[in-house]
Amino acid sequence: MADVTTVTGRGASRPVRRAVPRRPARRDGPAWVPYAFIAPALLLYGAFLLYPLVRAAQFSLFDWNGIGAAEFVGLANYVDIVHDERLREAFWHALVLVFFYAILPLCIGLVLAALLTRAKVRGLGFFRTVIFLPQVIAMVVVAVTWRQIYAPDGPLNGLLRAVGLGSLARPWLGDYTFTLPAVGLIGTWVSTGLVTVLLMAGMSRVSPDLYEAARLDGAGPVQEFFAITLPAVRGEITVALTLTIVAALKTFDLVYVTTSGGPGTSTTVPSYEVYRRAFELGEVGSAAAIGVTLTILVFIINAGVNWFGERK
Amino acid sequence: MNRSKLSAGLAGTALLVTLAACAPGSGTEEETTADAPSGEVSTDISDAGDVTLTVWDQEVRGGQDEQMSQLNDAFMEQYPNVTIDRNSQSFDDLATTLRLALTDEDPPDVVQSNNGRNTMGQFVADSQLVPLDDYADAYGWFDRFSPNTLQYSTYSEDAKTFGDGNLYGLPQVGEVVGVFYSKSKLDDLGVELPTDWTTFDDALATAKEAGEVPIQLGNIDQWPAIHVFGPVQGGSVDAEQIVDLGLGNSGASWTTPENVEAATTLQGWADAGYFNDGVNGTDYDAAWQNFADGEGVFLIGGSWLAADLGDAMQDDVGFFVPDTADGVPATTGGTGLPFAITSASENPDVAAAYIDFITSDDAMQVLADTDNLPVNDTAELAPDEGVLGDVFASFARVTDEGNLLPYLDYATPTFSDTLGQALQDLLDGRATPEEFTETLETDYSEFVSSNG
Repeated sequence: MADVTTVTGRGASRPVRRAVPRRPARRDGPAWVPYAFIAPALLLYGAFLLYPLVRAAQFSLFDWNGIGAAEFVGLANYVDIVHDERLREAFWHALVLVFFYAILPLCIGLVLAALLTRAKVRGLGFFRTVIFLPQVIAMVVVAVTWRQIYAPDGPLNGLLRAVGLGSLARPWLGDYTFTLPAVGLIGTWVSTGLVTVLLMAGMSRVSPDLYEAARLDGAGPVQEFFAITLPAVRGEITVALTLTIVAALKTFDLVYVTTSGGPGTSTTVPSYEVYRRAFELGEVGSAAAIGVTLTILVFIINAGVNWFGERK
Repeated sequence: MNRSKLSAGLAGTALLVTLAACAPGSGTEEETTADAPSGEVSTDISDAGDVTLTVWDQEVRGGQDEQMSQLNDAFMEQYPNVTIDRNSQSFDDLATTLRLALTDEDPPDVVQSNNGRNTMGQFVADSQLVPLDDYADAYGWFDRFSPNTLQYSTYSEDAKTFGDGNLYGLPQVGEVVGVFYSKSKLDDLGVELPTDWTTFDDALATAKEAGEVPIQLGNIDQWPAIHVFGPVQGGSVDAEQIVDLGLGNSGASWTTPENVEAATTLQGWADAGYFNDGVNGTDYDAAWQNFADGEGVFLIGGSWLAADLGDAMQDDVGFFVPDTADGVPATTGGTGLPFAITSASENPDVAAAYIDFITSDDAMQVLADTDNLPVNDTAELAPDEGVLGDVFASFARVTDEGNLLPYLDYATPTFSDTLGQALQDLLDGRATPEEFTETLETDYSEFVSSNG
């Protein structure tokens, strides 16, 4: 705030005015006009995002059940988050989901995008549409569909049994070891399309001359990929990671519909805990504290990703 | 001061004022101080003037919705001065919006609130609901309902005790959890219909030997197993103990040998392969549909499944509740969500008349006609045949002779999750019966001691 003030305030404007006294600073109207232009957006943004955020931060300092009087408890709700084993587990699950939502789709997406842009595939538009399709479907629909695919007598187990791998068949959403990866892979399926399409856009910008030059120098397809393609799409990778990591950390609908956090507590995630505490247990203060913590975590991780992505 | 500094300062001040001005929940405090009916209740509402009564219910499914519409129309016909503004939402939607609605500036008059401590209990503690005892005396509700039923909408004034104190709501329908069975499967196995838990166990073993799935269970959502454990617990634990445990009142314990025995029985069934494969990964709906398709001999579930199973299986499906060693049935059950009056209602007399109307003897007939399980006069209103006849008879027998045990998740605000997760652990063999009861005891005793 402070340095913004110096630039737009006295320090910046006065010398200009003094140097060109006969040509006053060009103004299209009174000083409030620029604010009037941003006001509609700012009001909406303020009313539906900033205000709720501030209120949530305020709630997080209270012990409040959502109906009665609230009691100010300072940071006690945050202290509880650190000490609550169930919550620590939930945050850990969110980080595991980051692997499935962001890292894995990025690896798959890089290979797919490189193949689709470099190889002159016929019907490229068709493949692109198919890959992107999961992004378009509502998450609840995706979750209901996969819940049936993963059912004990569902298509996945049917396929495994048909090819003689019946010993691998299991209740995918009721198995303590495999449920979190199973839920995560749904996220992979959804994210891969977005990541691939983003990366393809980036790769199509790379000049063919670069590849030709590399090939003249004797580089194979793999070397081309690491020397030219990968550095060229660093910006796209940053965007893709930012979007998918946010999606991973705020996962709610997928877990709510597929497992409700089970079996046991093996797939609970922070957003689900927010819902559970606010609406089922009536611990609004604690729920708000988890929400705020999650928001901060999302900020930190994405600040890291962006710092890494924009580093020269 | 230059402009940016000024506006930043203003914004900051505004923020501080906002933060300091209203602690959450403080704004609505004065409005909810109820003018509680102080002995002067009126049962004559025809001269109450033109009144609009806002009712929030969750009777959205076929027969439920039908009975509600019929009764609302009949009520408005009898009292032309009253208009009912009905807001009907699914169970889950109502649960999440009711809390906000009650603290709203213009809350509904009559609401259907879940019985448990984290809903009705909290509303009572925060004086959001009107105690109905004066109305109950005036209308004779204490004679109309059995005390066994009313305890599930009764709280002390501070809501610390559940099951004793003031009456806060009246239910329309009953619910009972028991065993659905396939008649043709039992015939094929050459097994008589079990009557108690010992013969039930034998039937399970025979079914398993014959290569059938003895019990269908879909437990991906965690709560369905609560309805299996409940009746099993009713078979080995003293009913009074279960009521105290289930209502979260002090004086009971989960770690008794009887509770361990119940958990051992359930885990024994899982170990012996009496359930379908992968119970913790199976859908609740898929389980009863599989049962209806002829996969499975028994299905332990609530009376709410009877209508669908009857449609699908016709005469092949039956329903019973096994007896305990004492020769009486004891099983989980209770009532539908009770109707309560909000403290902010401007017309509590009209609201009480409405609740009286929809729980009257005539209303019970309407409920039975629309395939609902009426909470009163159940035996008289039972259909002659079909699985609904079995269900009506079982409910009447459990409430009259046996023990209708509370849903175990009423106990503490967190108990639904604790028990659901612990049961998944138990069924999976991750927890021993002893560990299972200790997990539950921790939640229960923490709550009881914090409740004072």
